[in-house]
Amino acid sequence: MSKWTRRAFITSGIVAGGGVVVGIAMRPGNQVKDLAAKLGDDGANLVHTYVKIDSDNTITAIIPHAEMGQGVHTALGQMLAEELDADWDQLKLEEAPAIGEYAMYAAGRRYLLTGIDFPNLVIPTVDGMMMRVADTLNMQITGGSMSVRTTGILAMRTAGAATRQMLQQAAAEAWNVPVEEVTTEKSHLIHAASNRREPYASFAGHVAEMTPSYTPTFKDPADYKIVGTHKPRRDIPAKVDGSVKFAMDVQLPNMLYATVVRSPVPGGSVVELDDSAARSVEGVVDVIVIPATTVSSMLGDTVSAETVAIVADSYWSASKGLKELTVQWSEVGFETVSSDGIFEQFNRDISARAERQTDHVQGEAGSVFANAAKVVDADYHVPFLAHTCMEPLNATADVRADSAEIWVGCQNPLGFRRDIANSLGMDPEKVTLHNHSMGGGFGRKARPDWALQVAHLAREVGRPVQLIWSREEDVRQDFYRPAVQSRFRAAFDAQDNLLAWENTYTNKNEPIEAPLIPYAIPAQDIGYVSSPVHIPFGAWRSVDHSQHGFFTESFIDEVANAAGKDSFEFRAELLKDSPRHLAVLNKAAEEAQWSRPLPEGSGRGISLQESFGSIVAQVVEVAVVEGEVSVERVVAVIDAGIAVAPDGIAAQLESGIIYGLTAALHGEITIEKGAVVQSNFHDYKAVRMNEAPNIETHIINSGHDIGGAGEPGTPGIAPALMNAVFNATGTRVRQLPLSRFDLNYQVEETGAVG
Amino acid sequence: MSTSFWVNGVQQTVDVDPSKPLLWVIREQLGLTGTKFGCGISQCGACTVHIDGAAIRSCVTPISAIEGKQLTTIEGLRSASGDLHPLQQAWVDHQVPQCGYCQSGQLMSASALLSNNPNPTDADIDTAMQGNICRCGMYGRIRSAIKSVDSVGIASNTDETLFYNGAEVNHV
Repeated sequence: MSKWTRRAFITSGIVAGGGVVVGIAMRPGNQVKDLAAKLGDDGANLVHTYVKIDSDNTITAIIPHAEMGQGVHTALGQMLAEELDADWDQLKLEEAPAIGEYAMYAAGRRYLLTGIDFPNLVIPTVDGMMMRVADTLNMQITGGSMSVRTTGILAMRTAGAATRQMLQQAAAEAWNVPVEEVTTEKSHLIHAASNRREPYASFAGHVAEMTPSYTPTFKDPADYKIVGTHKPRRDIPAKVDGSVKFAMDVQLPNMLYATVVRSPVPGGSVVELDDSAARSVEGVVDVIVIPATTVSSMLGDTVSAETVAIVADSYWSASKGLKELTVQWSEVGFETVSSDGIFEQFNRDISARAERQTDHVQGEAGSVFANAAKVVDADYHVPFLAHTCMEPLNATADVRADSAEIWVGCQNPLGFRRDIANSLGMDPEKVTLHNHSMGGGFGRKARPDWALQVAHLAREVGRPVQLIWSREEDVRQDFYRPAVQSRFRAAFDAQDNLLAWENTYTNKNEPIEAPLIPYAIPAQDIGYVSSPVHIPFGAWRSVDHSQHGFFTESFIDEVANAAGKDSFEFRAELLKDSPRHLAVLNKAAEEAQWSRPLPEGSGRGISLQESFGSIVAQVVEVAVVEGEVSVERVVAVIDAGIAVAPDGIAAQLESGIIYGLTAALHGEITIEKGAVVQSNFHDYKAVRMNEAPNIETHIINSGHDIGGAGEPGTPGIAPALMNAVFNATGTRVRQLPLSRFDLNYQVEETGAVG
Repeated sequence: MSTSFWVNGVQQTVDVDPSKPLLWVIREQLGLTGTKFGCGISQCGACTVHIDGAAIRSCVTPISAIEGKQLTTIEGLRSASGDLHPLQQAWVDHQVPQCGYCQSGQLMSASALLSNNPNPTDADIDTAMQGNICRCGMYGRIRSAIKSVDSVGIASNTDETLFYNGAEVNHV
C-alpha cells in the first residue's frame, strides 16, 4: 500500500476482515479477562477495555492516543467521564499500552463506514471487524485531528456509557430494585426511594464479569457537566517543574549514547568510510553502519537510508566523533537538483497539463472562460517545510536475544512496535514499546525511521543505547511538507460577476478535499498534475491544507479585488447558501470590527478554511513600517461542532496559528545539489516572542458533528496575513515565505501604499 | 579534570572533559533531565539555566566556565520549602505548556527576567524571552503568565475566564 487513503483503507479492511458479512465469531464480547491477564498488575482493576475501578473508587480512563501537548488525554477523559458519570476530581488518566487491543478501531469505523447507518443489531459485529482491521494494520495513530471525533465519539463515550449501564444493572440486581430507578452521580450509584448510595467500586467485581453493550444510551448534551467545561489539563503540572519524562529522559544502567548521519542527498549509501579519526575521539565506543530499510504502513513507504552511527559514552563524545567522520556517499541521480529547478519542473508540468486528474468539476468551465468578459490568473508557490519539533528525534533501546524494549515518544506506538519487530526479525509480542510524552509531533513522529536505527544499534553493541539526532540531522533528514505550485484562473462577465474558477496544482496528497472551496461559483474545474521530486513527503500539520489554504484563500481575495468588491462581503455573498460557513465568517468580521478604519500603513485581511471537520475564519491586522511587516492582531473563530474542551480548542487554535505564521513569515527548506541547505534554527527560523501577535479566539458551538482542533488553525493564517499585506501595501504575495519579499522595493516602485 | 560548583544549593564535583557543555553534564552526570537539548548552538533556549542568577544557554557553556559558581536548574526553581515559584503557578493557571519541551527554558528565562525587573513591559518581555522558541506557539500565554505575577512575586489569583485568552463559547 503506498498511501494512507480511505480507498486503500477500505481495500485493506476487506482483505483483513473478509467483508461486512462476518457473523458472530467476530463479535468482540467482553475481552476484559484476557486483556487484564495480559496487562498483569496494570489490569487488576479493569472492568472495561478503557475503564479501571480501584477499590478506593478511583476511576481510571485508559486513553488510546499519544499526548504531545494537544490535550488529548484530558479531552478524551472528559468524554468518558461524562458518560460514566465519574467524579472528575477522582479520575485518573492513563495512556493505553502499545498492544493490539488498543488499536484504533474507532477511526476505522469512522472512515471505512462513513455515511453508512448500521442498525444497532449489527454494530457489535461491525465493531469486532473494525478491531481486527485496526489491529491487523497496527493502527494506533494520533494525527489527522482525529482523536476526539473518532476515538472520543465512538470509543470513549461508548465505554463510559456502557460501563455506567453495567454498574446500574449490577446495583439493581444487588438491591433488588428496577434498573430504571438506579441513578448515577460522581462515581456513585443511587436508589433514591430506598435512600441507598454506594460507590462504583462496590460493584466493580460484578461489572468485570458482564458483557458491555456496544450500543448504550448516551446522555442528552444538554445534561453535560464535564464535556464543554474547562478542565485544567492533567499533563501540565509535570511540565512546569521539569518532572515530565520525555523519551530522552530515560536513563538505563550501562547505557551508551549514539548519534547518526545520513547522505545529504536522500537515498545515498556509504561508498567509502574513514572512521579512524572518529574512533580515536575519547569516549567513542564504536562506529556502526546501519543498513537501509524500508517499512510500509498506511502512511506510505518510509525509507530509512543507510546511516553511519557513532556510539559513545556520552552524547557529547558521539557528537564530536561524528564531526571527525569522512564519508563518501553514493550518487543517486539527484545531485544537480535545486529548488529553482523543481519549481521550473512544476511550471512545465502544470503548463503541459499531462495526465491532469480532476478533484472537482461542475458547470462548463471551458466555454465560460472562452466567452468571459474578464479573466484573472495567478500562480502561487510554497516551499518545502521541515517540522522541527522542539524535541529532536530520539529513542532508547535494549535488545536481547529474544526480546526488545524501546522507549520513544511517537504518534503510532503499535505501528512502531510492528516495524521494530520486523526489523529485528522478532514477533511483535516480544517487543515492549514504552511511549512517552512527545516534545512536539506535527506529523513527523508518525514515521519510525529513527526508532529502527536505535533498535539496530542496541542489538549490535549488546547494551542499552540512547540515540539522539542532532538538530542538523533533524532539519536535513525530515519527511517534508512538499513544495507545491498552484495555477488559478477566474472568469467574470461584463458586470464583474464571478462565473468560473480553475485551479491546477502539483502533486496531490491528503486530505483529498483540501483544494476544494466552499464558495458558490457556477463553473469549477479543480485538478492536479503529477510532478515527482526526490525529497521525501511527510504529513506536516494540516497536510495539504497547509498549502491549499494559502492558495485558494489568497486567490479568492484577488478575485474579490478584481471585481471591485470588499474581501469579506464578496466571500459572504458566495456563502449565502452555506449558513454554517457564513456564521463563522460573520463572527470573525464582527469580532475584528472589519469596517473600522485602520491607521495609515496598516492593513486587514480575512480567510475562511474548512479542514478536519471544523470551519475556521481568521482576520489579521498588520502594520507595515519601512517594508517591515508586524502582525498586530489575529482574530480567529472556530466552529468545531461541540467544543469538548473549550480552552483546549482555544490553545490548539493559538498553536496552529503560530505554527502557520512561522511558515508564512520564515519557513523555507531549499534544495541545492540535491540536498537540504538549512540546518538549525539560525537559518530555519521560527516565530519568537517578539513576532507573536495577540491572538483572540472565539468558539461557535453549532451542534454539528464534532470536528478536529489540532490542525484547523494552521491553514488560514498565511492567506489572512498576505491579504492584510496586500491591503496595506498593494503588493500581492504569491510565494511564501514573506521574508523573500522586499516590500520596500515594491512600495517604491508602485507607490501603492495604503 | 574535576570541576566543582553548586547545583541547586548543593556542592557537586564532576570529573569530565573541561570542554564538555554544561547541558550534557547536567543531564548525563547529574541526572537532572528537566533541562533540555533543542539545538546545540544557543538558538532555541530549551537548555536555559541560571549561573549566579543570570539566564545562560547551557548547550554552549563549557563546564570549565562554571567552576565555583551557583547553578540553578528547573528542578531548583521551587522555594526551599518546596512551593512552586510564582511563575510556575502562573504557568499552571494560564495553561501555558502544550508539549512542554521548551518550558523549563522558558521558565528559567522568565524567572531571571523577573528577579531583575519585577514589572517588565511588553518590550522587556520581548527582549528577555525572544531567545526561547516554543514550536507549540504559546507566546501569548507565556506573556500573560509573566504579567500576572505582580511586583512582589505572587501569581495573581486569576478566575477561570482569564485562562481563555479571549476565547468565549457562543451557542448559536
